[in-house]
Amino acid sequence: MSIRTENLNYIYMKGTPFESKALDNVSVNIEDGEFIGIIGHTGSGKSTLIQHFDGLLKPESGSVFIDDVDITKKGVNLKAVRQKVGLVFQYPEYQLFEETIYKDVAFGPKNLGLSDEMIDNKVRKALKMVGLDYKESLVKSPFDLSGGQRRRVAIAGVLAMDPETLILDEPTAGLDPRGRDSILNEIKMLHDKYKKTVILVSHSMEDIAKLVDRIIVMNKGKCILTGTPREVFKESKMLIKIGLGIPQVTLLMKRLREKGINVSDDVLTVEEAKREIIKYLRGRKDD
Amino acid sequence: MKDMITANDLTFIYKKEDGRQDEAALKDININIKKGEFVAVIGPNGSGKSTFAKHINALLIPTSGKVVVGGFDTHNEKDLWNIRQSAGMVFQNPDNQIVATIVEEDAAFGPENLGIPPQEIRERVDQSLKAVGMEEYKNRAPHLLSGGQKQRVAIAGVLAMKPQCIVLDEPTAMLDPSGRREVIDTIKKLNKDEGITIVLITHYMEEAVDADRVIVMENGKIALSGTPKEVFQRVDDLKRIGLDVPQMTELAFELRKEGINVAPDTLTIDEMVVQLCQ
Repeated sequence: MSIRTENLNYIYMKGTPFESKALDNVSVNIEDGEFIGIIGHTGSGKSTLIQHFDGLLKPESGSVFIDDVDITKKGVNLKAVRQKVGLVFQYPEYQLFEETIYKDVAFGPKNLGLSDEMIDNKVRKALKMVGLDYKESLVKSPFDLSGGQRRRVAIAGVLAMDPETLILDEPTAGLDPRGRDSILNEIKMLHDKYKKTVILVSHSMEDIAKLVDRIIVMNKGKCILTGTPREVFKESKMLIKIGLGIPQVTLLMKRLREKGINVSDDVLTVEEAKREIIKYLRGRKDD
Repeated sequence: MKDMITANDLTFIYKKEDGRQDEAALKDININIKKGEFVAVIGPNGSGKSTFAKHINALLIPTSGKVVVGGFDTHNEKDLWNIRQSAGMVFQNPDNQIVATIVEEDAAFGPENLGIPPQEIRERVDQSLKAVGMEEYKNRAPHLLSGGQKQRVAIAGVLAMKPQCIVLDEPTAMLDPSGRREVIDTIKKLNKDEGITIVLITHYMEEAVDADRVIVMENGKIALSGTPKEVFQRVDDLKRIGLDVPQMTELAFELRKEGINVAPDTLTIDEMVVQLCQ
């Protein structure tokens, strides 16, 4: 599924003293099957932007095309759009409410008026995608699970709607490193194996660097840069200026280059940094 | 130096709704935290970090063993307010901690409840907001601030109580990188300039690097404890527990495996640059 915005503008609290421009002429293009990362300072417009992708917010002006249909036009079936675009909010586990895991995950498909058999199929599939046990889901309350597991249930609830695109707003906030890695691995699998288009909003530059194909950088309501992680993290000065960071290893390479050491500056992971440093040190020995 | 917080054989067991007892969340913990010390507590979810933190200001009372804060035993109910005044707490979600509609009123909430004269409240609020760099915002509405600013207001509210110690339970988990920096810089400044004892619970290893001491918790016990350099060089142990190490320490660990002589306790980019430029 592709998503494209054209000159999107959105104003919060219009006509009040608190009026502010949350989106300022944003034009972005997300291709079918891409893994996109959106980064930006708090208040940069990230969350406002993703809420336009499934028609939760209506723009002041501009268009949002989902598979070439402008969903801002009158008469568009937004219900169908929201089935295609699954949105996982921050701390989604706070939205769980059913008495068993199964019922919680089944809530969405049930509201679509599907048969019990079809609902069951969708729930089984969704549970499997996030690595939750079907049998246990029938008897266990989601509230007896750990934070990371509860978040899985919430994500499964969105997946049960069988969306073509999955948008996740800070899916790892508050999780410990192990919980974070396992949720991220599952998100990666949804992209690689189940061929979903994935849009990940995150404050963790390390996670973004490791996972996504392309990054959209938001600042003050504008999309100021898009590119592969390597292209984007080269702009370290600009990223730091707008309140973001770059991965520590990328910063290390920059600092080494400033000292006149000839290492590549598009390093994103510890593994790559190690290779670059070894190459440099061995090269020096041969001189 | 005098002890700010001591825990002796601290064990805590949560009671389930049906009255049965859960497994112990804390098992025979012994900790001494000195006045003026900056201690970071790390550990996976469910390791007992937050349970320990809640013992420091008597939100929880030990099932067995004891906790003494600023000379007061938390078992003594009559000292409850003395304990809460000695040790202030800041939580993860800034929106859950703000009670007033104006920043300075929020900071005044604590001292007002202590029955402090208005003139002194005024002074304390001004000082506290200044200490966290929020004095310019004192007449603003808190809900229009950024996450980092809100957390700094929450810290100011605690400071206005004039605590000797501040316990922060994942104060940066919901913040963006610049918000995280603001909060961590504020904490470090309060520790250095005002001598306030800091207990910082965090999942971000980069934040623990600046502490005097790092305590690693696992399954309700203390698994490791020492200076950041001592603790973080134990890369294998930390990974087994399910924790990260700072990227520079991990890089040092990987380079050493290849026979390159960098210090195993390298923590920061600066330290790595110096070693590689030799």
